[in-house]
Amino acid sequence: MVTEKAVENVTVKLLQLAVTELPQDVKEALRRAYRGEENKVGKSQLKAILDNVELAEKTVAPMCQDTGVVIFYVKAGSQVSGLDRVEGALRKATVRATGEVPLRPNAVDPFTQKNTGNNTGRHIPYIHWKVVPGDTLEITVLPKGGGSENVSALGMLSPNQGIRGLKKFVVDTVINAGAKPCPPTVLGVAVGGGADIAMELAKEALLKPLNQPNPNPELAKLEQELREAANSTGIGPMGLGGKTTVLDVKVDYAHRHPASYPVAVVVQCWAARRASARIHSDGKVEYLTHKVAWKG
Amino acid sequence: MTIHKLSTPISEETVRKLEVNDTIYLSGTIVTLRDAAHRRALELHKEGKQLPINLDGLAVFHCGPLVKKEDDGWRVVAAGPTTSARMDLFEGEFIKNFKVRIVIGKGGMGKKTVDAMKKYGTVYGALTGGAGVLAAKAIKQVKGMEWSDLGMPEAMWILEVEDFGPLTVAIDAHGNNLFETIQTKADAEKQKIYRKLDLK
Repeated sequence: MVTEKAVENVTVKLLQLAVTELPQDVKEALRRAYRGEENKVGKSQLKAILDNVELAEKTVAPMCQDTGVVIFYVKAGSQVSGLDRVEGALRKATVRATGEVPLRPNAVDPFTQKNTGNNTGRHIPYIHWKVVPGDTLEITVLPKGGGSENVSALGMLSPNQGIRGLKKFVVDTVINAGAKPCPPTVLGVAVGGGADIAMELAKEALLKPLNQPNPNPELAKLEQELREAANSTGIGPMGLGGKTTVLDVKVDYAHRHPASYPVAVVVQCWAARRASARIHSDGKVEYLTHKVAWKG
Repeated sequence: MTIHKLSTPISEETVRKLEVNDTIYLSGTIVTLRDAAHRRALELHKEGKQLPINLDGLAVFHCGPLVKKEDDGWRVVAAGPTTSARMDLFEGEFIKNFKVRIVIGKGGMGKKTVDAMKKYGTVYGALTGGAGVLAAKAIKQVKGMEWSDLGMPEAMWILEVEDFGPLTVAIDAHGNNLFETIQTKADAEKQKIYRKLDLK
């Protein structure tokens, strides 16, 4: 049985892991970028990023003061009982993590401008649900920073422009964003579905590991093309110049309406934070993105 | 690309010597202000009221820090810069009224701010975005928290720092703007990229 308390405790741990320690694939991508960067100022920025990542991990402190808006992706096994209590547990965990980790309070009422102080509010944390076969509960946390979110973009392009329109839209988004999203960034790109579906898929694409090419060879080719295009803008780390503007590009798609060609680009800062765990029916917890010693 | 170790208060003369691509390590007092705090500071000035601290010769830091309350006061956990472009609305007038000598942030600022920096003698120091723990390490003490009603990120935090940096001088007091140079290059590169992707 998956208990409410287990969900809460695991989620507090996931939030702590996410904001204090980057997954191995992101760390590797940053190190690779540092080795390859030739621009002096750009290289100094990557050095500061790597030093910061190391220090954050060592001192178990959030690597960036913007610990993001908390977004959860839950894969709920259909045989798990008590799923109606998971949302409550995730909210409780968010409040607890805000105090314990700590996280910066980032939930503001858009009308009164009042900050709730605990990272919860209307629809926040946001929870994406997927029902899957089985008896396990998989929780992923994606803390999403504001600076990079602000340059994310949706283009309702003409189907006549097709894939060329998509490529142009991605290049333009990267250039318009410039230094603002804390490059080197990760781009989640999605086409099709509809405005909301493209945005949702683009954001979810940020959960894919950076060291694995897309299993679809066409998409893998497109990702590489977009990566090379973005990295030839010269924007570089922090927009101070260099050849590392993106760490990676992740593409996903849905079938589209004949009249529509929605293209979504969700931009993620270099602090591409995420953490996942699977809770088994016997209470065992498997951490999927981080090395954590299992405690029964 | 000279490295400068500076301490507050900083004179206009010192600031005028700094050039784009130079590096600064800053010691002394810096004050965090984001959108809401800039707005309030300018409103108070308009009403002829004093700010909680005289900013002449100090540095303004575009930052909403993550701070933890402990028994003996506040401890800054992470304090990287926020996107400075949002403060373009206020910064020119802010520099004119309060004579801050360094504006610290990320992403650079627009023409109105660059002009004010040239006119009144202020530079923009780019701090690595997201490197919040590294920045917090150089913060030795929280000297004060003002305007707490704005919430933790938006409040005015008065911080004592030691060798805070590296700050890359990205806008100097002579009108040079590194971000603009790079953005112009990227715009020029765009056509080449389009061609390579067979878009034109």
